[in-house]
Amino acid sequence: MKSDVLVIGAGGAGLVAALKAHEAGAKVRVLCKEYPTRSQTSMAQGGINAALANVSEDSVEAHVQNTLKSAHGIANEEAVRLLCESAPEAVAWLDSIGVCFSRTKDAKIAQRTLGGASAPRACYAQDYTGLKILHTLYDRCLACGVEILNERYLLDFITNTSQTQEVFVNGASVLNIRTGEVEIYESASVIVATGGYSRIYEKHSTNATGSTGDGIAAAVRGGARLSDMEFIQFHPTALKGSSILISESARGAGGYLLNSKGERFTNELAPRDEVARAINDEMQKGEEVFLDIRHLGEEFIDEELPQERKLAKLYENIDPVYELIPVKPVAHYTMGGIEVGIDSQTKVRGLYAVGECANHRVHGANRLGGNSLLELIVFGKQAGENAAKYSKNFKPGTDLTLQTTDLLAEIQEFTDEINFYEKREFIGNLFYEKVGITREGKGLESALEEVITIHKELALMGPKDKSKIYNTNLVEFIEFKNTLELAEIILTCAIKRAESRGAHFRSDNRVQNDELYKVHSIAYKEDNAYGVKYED
Amino acid sequence: MKIKIQRYGTDFEIKEYEVDLQDATLLAVLNEIKTTQDASLTYASGCKSSVCGSCSVRVNGKEVLACGYKVKEGDLIEALKNVPLIRDLVVDMDKALSFNAKAKAWQSFVSKDVSLSQDDEKRNELQSDCILCGSCYSACPVYTVNEEFLGPFSLTRVWKYVSDARENAPQEKIETIQTNGVWDCTLCNECTLVCPQNISSKADIEKLRSKSVIAGYSDPNFASFGGGFGFDGSPIF
Repeated sequence: MKSDVLVIGAGGAGLVAALKAHEAGAKVRVLCKEYPTRSQTSMAQGGINAALANVSEDSVEAHVQNTLKSAHGIANEEAVRLLCESAPEAVAWLDSIGVCFSRTKDAKIAQRTLGGASAPRACYAQDYTGLKILHTLYDRCLACGVEILNERYLLDFITNTSQTQEVFVNGASVLNIRTGEVEIYESASVIVATGGYSRIYEKHSTNATGSTGDGIAAAVRGGARLSDMEFIQFHPTALKGSSILISESARGAGGYLLNSKGERFTNELAPRDEVARAINDEMQKGEEVFLDIRHLGEEFIDEELPQERKLAKLYENIDPVYELIPVKPVAHYTMGGIEVGIDSQTKVRGLYAVGECANHRVHGANRLGGNSLLELIVFGKQAGENAAKYSKNFKPGTDLTLQTTDLLAEIQEFTDEINFYEKREFIGNLFYEKVGITREGKGLESALEEVITIHKELALMGPKDKSKIYNTNLVEFIEFKNTLELAEIILTCAIKRAESRGAHFRSDNRVQNDELYKVHSIAYKEDNAYGVKYED
Repeated sequence: MKIKIQRYGTDFEIKEYEVDLQDATLLAVLNEIKTTQDASLTYASGCKSSVCGSCSVRVNGKEVLACGYKVKEGDLIEALKNVPLIRDLVVDMDKALSFNAKAKAWQSFVSKDVSLSQDDEKRNELQSDCILCGSCYSACPVYTVNEEFLGPFSLTRVWKYVSDARENAPQEKIETIQTNGVWDCTLCNECTLVCPQNISSKADIEKLRSKSVIAGYSDPNFASFGGGFGFDGSPIF
């Protein structure tokens, strides 16, 4: 069952990493909680940034500067430069494997403007950009014969300590959801590509149900460090009733934001943190907020934004060709994640991280639209190649233990006196209210107390369903357990950062304080407890 | 509102549930049942916005995405057909998806610097909207007679690549789909009727048949009966 490179998660980041590790000659195995094409990447709509200047003038330097500005001082310029400089090549590669990008009249890849960008820079495929990239990557993996095992849910990474006292990874334990059995996958290196943690906000999130930070929670348990966990992006325009995403490209194309009086109140194409706060301010005043794309016309909407029209009709019962779309900001993307170096490796040797679960320090305090799909391709390639290289030189030296804690047996003892779904909903509401678009010291502290109390009651919860076969009640409980662990870390980081920066806005400390806080928060586990500190 | 769900696990039974939700999607109703009434109810879901393809089920016999279907009183919810049932509404898609690889539904070579026009891109824009939900596969009647049929979504995917200006070995793809492929389809159009993305695999299969004929292949069913026409001039199948 051994592999050179084990990839956990099969969204865009995981599949690119798998392909590149395979191309580098490694024996690759991919494990996936659901099926690859069901990943969060399928939901990305707006586009992938690259300064191609296909539509109007643009430059890599402008891309770098826009990204740095939006990051509010806590991006790593070297990593941002790598990201932006590699972007044209990344898009060319996607084009070469068959991604159906929309085209301009002169047969170039079409580009549009997203928030915070000084030029139309996002390459797109209608508003199905993520879907078409993900499916093409999946087809490519099939063409290359990459092994993908579906419905395997990550429990923990398996680590060992070398003679020089270095912690290194040696595989992972997973739950085979179909059989209910725990499986051990031994591997010289592991790439974690399991996505973000926006589902802590439960129904107040655009994300798929699986975005529960499983890989991030397992990484910190396994000895890796997390960074900048307090930075969570709220997307300005989700459908009011269902939290379903309406792409930024609707505003990029000229859509307006209106309040109940029909007035515009903000620059619709500012970065997401600013627009989300402007909407939130209006809502605090008792206004309703609407997205208006009626003036773009039916033909344009059907050509460029077909999915938006379909979703608004289905979930809000309105047709945006003729009517205003009621919107609200909800949790959309988590900037924080597993700390990695510029080589994508974590503090645990041989454990790499990529995609939303990783923090490559390219988004800083606020991500720009169109940079996350880009990150998957650029760093996915790098993580895959580096993991393959690492595995070739990997010599364990000593006998390895493949011991894991028996989480499932432990959970079997839980008493199910409290319905964890109620607590999950409670935490979602609590986070939206207290750890949302604006935060305040006292509110954060009371939220932390609530989370700690619920965490202590975990043994009184547990799955009601005791079946071995395909027990989603059990999987959802472990997901909930992971989000609780991350919730404590997020809150500790958010309390400590007594300033406002990007997506972290403190109503009790409204100013960016570079003297004290132009640093990264680092969360780690030591002696069975979590700690948080700052590092440059 | 009452709905019925075909359960499959320790028991195989139709269970009735009552929920107090208005104008709700089926997925919202399933979530309500699972979180408040019956934690053992098993189904798949993901994006809740009709793009990940996780939650396809059958309602009163017709394939829908649970997140995109508004529930009506008395609806009967069942798992997809033609695929192994794992539990309740969850099916094993591995074999169905394996037909993508059997059909070689990918671009044959990495092809750099091929310039695509707007018309080139439009040619398979619709086919590249596929979310692999499996609705077409479930609705396809061919599987009752041929379990190895490459099937609607895989053949749509082949058309997507064959029709792409970047594909430089389309003949090889056409050859692959001669067995258990385009000629096994009955052109009944059930796949088209259930596709949540408005794709017509039937139409794509017809286009692949035309390409096959141009490439010198013919309908083996036709050939095995000697082909041609009956005495009254009607085609013999």
